Amino acid sequence: MATLPVTEHTRPPFWRDERVLTVIAQIIFLVVVVLVFTYLYNNVQEGLRARGLTGGYGFLQQRAGFDIGESLIPYTSDDSYGRAFVVGILNTLKVSLVGILFATLLGLLSGIARLSPNWLLRTLVSAYIEIIRNTPLLVQLFFWYMAVMLKFPRVRQAVQLPGPVYLSNRGIAIPWLQPQAGFPVWVGFVVAGVVVGLVVAKWRARYEERTGQSGYPIVAALGTWVVFVLVGWLIAPGTPASVTRPELVGLNFQGGTRMTPEFAALFTGLVVYTGAFIAEIVRGGILAVSKGQREAAKALGLNDVQMMRYIILPQALRIIIPPLTSQYLNLTKNSSLAVFIGYPDLFFVAGTVLNQTGKSLEVISLVMASYLTFSLFTSLFMNWYNQKVKLVER
Amino acid sequence: MTAQANLSSDKKSPPAILEWMKENLFTPWYNAVITVALAALIFVVLRALFRWALYEAKWEVVLVNLRLFAVGPYPEEAFWRIWVALGLVGALAGLSWGAWGGRNWAPSVVAGVLGAIVLVLPASPNVKWPLIGVLAAFILTHVASMGRSRLQRPLVWGWVLSFFVILVLLKGLGGSQVLADVPTSKWGGLLLTVLLALIAIVASFPLGVLLALGRRSELPVVKLFSILYIETVRGVPLVTVLWASAIILPLFFPKGVRVDNLIRAMVGMTLFSAAYLAENVRGGLQGVPRGQYEAAYALGLNYYQAMRHIILPQALRAVIPAIVGQFIGLFKDTTLVAIVGLLELLGIALSVIAQPEFIGLQREVFIFIAAIYWVFTYAMSYSSRRLEARLGVGTR
Repeated sequence: MATLPVTEHTRPPFWRDERVLTVIAQIIFLVVVVLVFTYLYNNVQEGLRARGLTGGYGFLQQRAGFDIGESLIPYTSDDSYGRAFVVGILNTLKVSLVGILFATLLGLLSGIARLSPNWLLRTLVSAYIEIIRNTPLLVQLFFWYMAVMLKFPRVRQAVQLPGPVYLSNRGIAIPWLQPQAGFPVWVGFVVAGVVVGLVVAKWRARYEERTGQSGYPIVAALGTWVVFVLVGWLIAPGTPASVTRPELVGLNFQGGTRMTPEFAALFTGLVVYTGAFIAEIVRGGILAVSKGQREAAKALGLNDVQMMRYIILPQALRIIIPPLTSQYLNLTKNSSLAVFIGYPDLFFVAGTVLNQTGKSLEVISLVMASYLTFSLFTSLFMNWYNQKVKLVER
Repeated sequence: MTAQANLSSDKKSPPAILEWMKENLFTPWYNAVITVALAALIFVVLRALFRWALYEAKWEVVLVNLRLFAVGPYPEEAFWRIWVALGLVGALAGLSWGAWGGRNWAPSVVAGVLGAIVLVLPASPNVKWPLIGVLAAFILTHVASMGRSRLQRPLVWGWVLSFFVILVLLKGLGGSQVLADVPTSKWGGLLLTVLLALIAIVASFPLGVLLALGRRSELPVVKLFSILYIETVRGVPLVTVLWASAIILPLFFPKGVRVDNLIRAMVGMTLFSAAYLAENVRGGLQGVPRGQYEAAYALGLNYYQAMRHIILPQALRAVIPAIVGQFIGLFKDTTLVAIVGLLELLGIALSVIAQPEFIGLQREVFIFIAAIYWVFTYAMSYSSRRLEARLGVGTR
């Protein structure tokens, strides 16, 4: 075999050297991006100056001077813009967290019901899912707000449901816990119960793994928690909390707590809408578990409940979690539609602040940063959970 | 599920319907309980609903404002342009159905039946005859092009071109006599809803493909920029993007340049949609086997050539269903442009119920527009499922 003459390796000219070219391409890209942004930024600054507006986040300490319909922390119009923002953020978190909880429940039930052997049940659930998924959320929100919540009778003629729950055009009044003197002690017991319950669950699970006998980790953990809650209730000085029921006094309700029509409409709309999407995810996840797994479970002599609990659900969960995460994120982001029906969430408050101060760039950046933070934390939490349930391959 | 439903029909039992009911509604005992309870509930709800819809609801609010819901305040003397645009779409649809659908008479027959129904309906002649014209355009082109798959490539370009033709047709040209300018503030109703969604998906397409390529690029600066853009936009709600574009966009331009409301909304929707499109396209790019990249480079193609001729054609075909899904989402999301004061279908609905003579008729109006949205999105998702089956995505 003839050997090729060994020539000295020559570098190609730099305009044909890929390593150099990629660097040049990136530098050009960077320069273009920077130039465009500087141009736009200068225009914005000039535009703001022409309108007599100056930058800076200092306005957050100024007096807000507007009221907010509902708030989780004390707030008056004398408080600062910064506090108004916090009120908005808390309201967004409130409707998102409660919404996520109930949407998951609704979605889980609907998803399983859609696989029911009962024709009537699965047809009804299919109709719910197809109707809700194919109409815009905003139209549904307006419907819940204007055509349902505000159409309830006036306070004096409020519809009374057992509970008592009163439906009126001023909102929904429900019974609620009224904290008393011993409340903090009792809350301490409830939290301690959660911690000890988790430890017990882990211990029983390990027992189950070691011996192969049923350790009932979930039952044991729940039992422990219930014991803590009850003991705490008895030990705490006085009664820790009492249930108060709403009562019609004059032109308003006293006692209990009242959901505003805005909150009720937003909450219902988000739960019903997201629930339909979650139902499809759950159904898809359960169907994706291969048929052989079912047959194997049957062959092992597991009954339906055991099959669901030990074979189907753990595998379905892995498929369900990633799309479920994006539904949770969607629900949080969709809660910004509150602005259309007047629930004072982050976006609504930001709009008011912007109208009053004209600090467009600052307010917009604050809002975007807040939503990005929510998204980040939801993703982190769900990724952590996903890591826990994902398949451990040998 | 259906599998279980089919099982029962396989068993031979004389009264099939009774057997089916027993299998699907009353076994085991708790299913019987569920069935009875649900049936009672459905009966009560449906009775109340029908009572309301037939006797109490005042549907005049919909009938009187039908034109507003369709096109908003679009000037009446320019209606013919909308009909011409619809005719164009009808003809293109007919050609496409013919070119892709093979020798199948069903679409033409359905269109003919629809035409006959329109003919006997007591509609105003201003609507009746143009509508029949559109259907006729569909039938003629469909019959003429049936089975001619040679037309497929020109048709793709035809659709792209028609998009711009229709925009010019509806907007008009400043200073022209025949095509007088129609300011975008006069666009509204379903027309605006459809246009907004179409414009957003078409305009975001090039940007989305570039971002997807950027995210998979080996150049760290480009990659970082793409990731930052995509993740930021996907992390915030559409309303805030629309709102930001409505507030900041005018500031970008030198003083004195007025930015049209429609443009503000469209820029917002396009920037938003591009990030989601990029993720869809990225999915397609990841689905192209590595061997295809290696083969392309082994043939001596450079990056651009490899993408243009080898990778993107395969990646984009795989993501057509995902893009249709995104379009459906955009169609629903057009409702949010109410935040910048545009009168699309929901905006029109809100302005209708604000009129004093229609006070208290929110239910009728919202149910009507929800039904319109439903028909459109359901039809689209149904055809997308058919398309998906046809393209064989996931089965190849």
